[in-house]
Amino acid sequence: MRGLGKSLALVVLVGVLLGGLWNIVIPSQVGAAEPYKIGAVFSITGVGSFLGEPEKKTAEMIAEEVNKKGGINGHPLELVVYDDESDTTKCNLAVKKLIKKDEVPVIVGPTRSGETLAVVSVVEEAHVPLISCATSYKIVTPIESRQWVFKVAASDAHVVAKLFDYMKAKGWTKIAIMTDSTGYGASAREEFLRLAPESGITILADERFGPQDTDLTPQLTKIRSTQPQAIVNWSVGPTQIIAVKNWRDLGMDSIPLFQSHGFGSKKNLELAGKAAEGVMLALARVNVGPILPDGQPQKKAILDYTKAYEDRFKEPISSFGGHASDAMNLAIAALQAVGPDPAKIRDYLEKTTKFVGMHGIFNFSPQDHNGLSKDDLEMVVVKNGDWALATW
Amino acid sequence: MGSDLLQYTISGLTIGMIYALVAIGYNVIYNVTEILNFAQGEFVMLGGLFAVFFVGTLRLPLGVAFFGAIIATGCVGFAMERFIIRRARDASVLSLIIITIAVSILLKGTAMFCWGKDPYVLPAFSPGGPILFGGAAIQPQALWVLGVSALIVICLTLFFRRSVYGKAMLACADNPNAARMTGIPVRQMVLLSFVLSAAIGAAAGVVITPISLMEYDRGALLGLKGFGAAVLGGLGQFHGALFAGAILGLAESFCAGYLSSGYKDAVALVLLLLALFFKPEGLFGSSEAAKLKKF
Repeated sequence: MRGLGKSLALVVLVGVLLGGLWNIVIPSQVGAAEPYKIGAVFSITGVGSFLGEPEKKTAEMIAEEVNKKGGINGHPLELVVYDDESDTTKCNLAVKKLIKKDEVPVIVGPTRSGETLAVVSVVEEAHVPLISCATSYKIVTPIESRQWVFKVAASDAHVVAKLFDYMKAKGWTKIAIMTDSTGYGASAREEFLRLAPESGITILADERFGPQDTDLTPQLTKIRSTQPQAIVNWSVGPTQIIAVKNWRDLGMDSIPLFQSHGFGSKKNLELAGKAAEGVMLALARVNVGPILPDGQPQKKAILDYTKAYEDRFKEPISSFGGHASDAMNLAIAALQAVGPDPAKIRDYLEKTTKFVGMHGIFNFSPQDHNGLSKDDLEMVVVKNGDWALATW
Repeated sequence: MGSDLLQYTISGLTIGMIYALVAIGYNVIYNVTEILNFAQGEFVMLGGLFAVFFVGTLRLPLGVAFFGAIIATGCVGFAMERFIIRRARDASVLSLIIITIAVSILLKGTAMFCWGKDPYVLPAFSPGGPILFGGAAIQPQALWVLGVSALIVICLTLFFRRSVYGKAMLACADNPNAARMTGIPVRQMVLLSFVLSAAIGAAAGVVITPISLMEYDRGALLGLKGFGAAVLGGLGQFHGALFAGAILGLAESFCAGYLSSGYKDAVALVLLLLALFFKPEGLFGSSEAAKLKKF
């Protein structure tokens, strides 16, 4: 009996071993190689969720597509996503966790400027490259202490410079600005006041309002009395709709109205209705894929992304998803070229030029960790309830 | 110059009337219970969003949606009193006030779940562009705001001065025990005050939505400005609320127009502080009556 028991045990053992081998052998044929990791931190919940949600969806969609095509150089891609809940402290913890516990070689995100600035020192110390999806220029300046930090969103200065170029081309040099009192409005206001003198633009009126204001007629009436040649409104949320309606109701439509890139969503056009006709803004090309001229180098990539995202999530794309797409694709390109080594990835990113993304054609350099310029924006005008390219 | 002044006046009066309606909502509940209902701003938000739901999703005509939103928000006021305030009836007035703050957070969160974070708009009550008058542009909707506010104030005054129910409600405020002994059902009067106040808030919400849009977190700021108007006018005083709301709206509008628009939101708070320092009973309140009140 003991002999039988022994031989049975042997059979079982052999079976287990063979089975185990079998199991190991099969995946090795499609890529038993160690997975490449990308860490991601987005504001999936909290006040920034309208930004972080499409970013997370985009990042996951891209990771899946890469794995479906056999991974990066045969290595499957493992995306580790954490939610910072739109909170700087939680963001800090999430980034530390990605570095220490998950040992990722590159991090995508965070979503917003405040959270990004809170983790700059963490990644600088740990020597892990971070590709932020937020806008503030402070994320990549001063460059000496931002060696490991990159960002893929255009700065306010780019948008302001683009607007100024357009105004000058039209001969409108005396303008009025109105900004909301949030960080978004305040930082743009700084840029307007800083860039206006060197661009030869005079700011006649500089009006401010709260993000929950219900009426902007007083501000617009005051602006009208200074007789500007153009008006710029810079806000997010309902005030940008109210500004358009009040501007129209006050009969000020002879003075062209410009909006910030925050206005660049179809939802806003629906809310403002006919009043928005003729409103102009500088938008990233990802928002206006279908109306780009055919030869435009970004057009195909943007249309592909738009289709994939909209088919899958049944909601329109946003510029925020575009940021995540750019950050993910840069990280993937770096992993493909140099493998999962943080220092090599950093060097690769810094040398990346002519990278065709959703928000522009990126040209990074040791002095510029953003890689975008005002030429990556398109002047857009609202025409028949849709976007159209503005004529210069 | 003259046309600018007129424009500031019109836009100040329009938003001032909304503050006044919110202030009146505070007063109705305060008169009966001495509670300051800090969920008052949320009633305005709910009114606007319910109307958006009725017009946008159920495709009802605007008139039906207007009253539908008022009734729906009235039901929310009913539920708030019946299931929350009444259960805590033995608590002090201060505890009840804190409960209303909790309710406001609850309502705001629920609205965020139901309607999301996007702002919504309603069509204007009467079509057509702005009316030009003396160089100033008046939106027809602003006239609706003024008209509806005036109607509500007239109806409320009549209700409290002439009707048995109105007088009974005032009696409850003066002395609940005495009111109960004369056979007035105090709890029902309290319930009625919450429903009435929610309905007034909702009406304000529906008329303002075509002008200012509405989203889930609009209530807090409107509630704060309305509270400023209520205190400035003297708590419990309907005419005071109307007058103080108009002052507040005009002060904000003139401040944005002639001083700096950055200080606009501070105006309401400065006026509120000044009122509390120098005339705590409000412009129209009596200091003798104020001494007898808890708040």
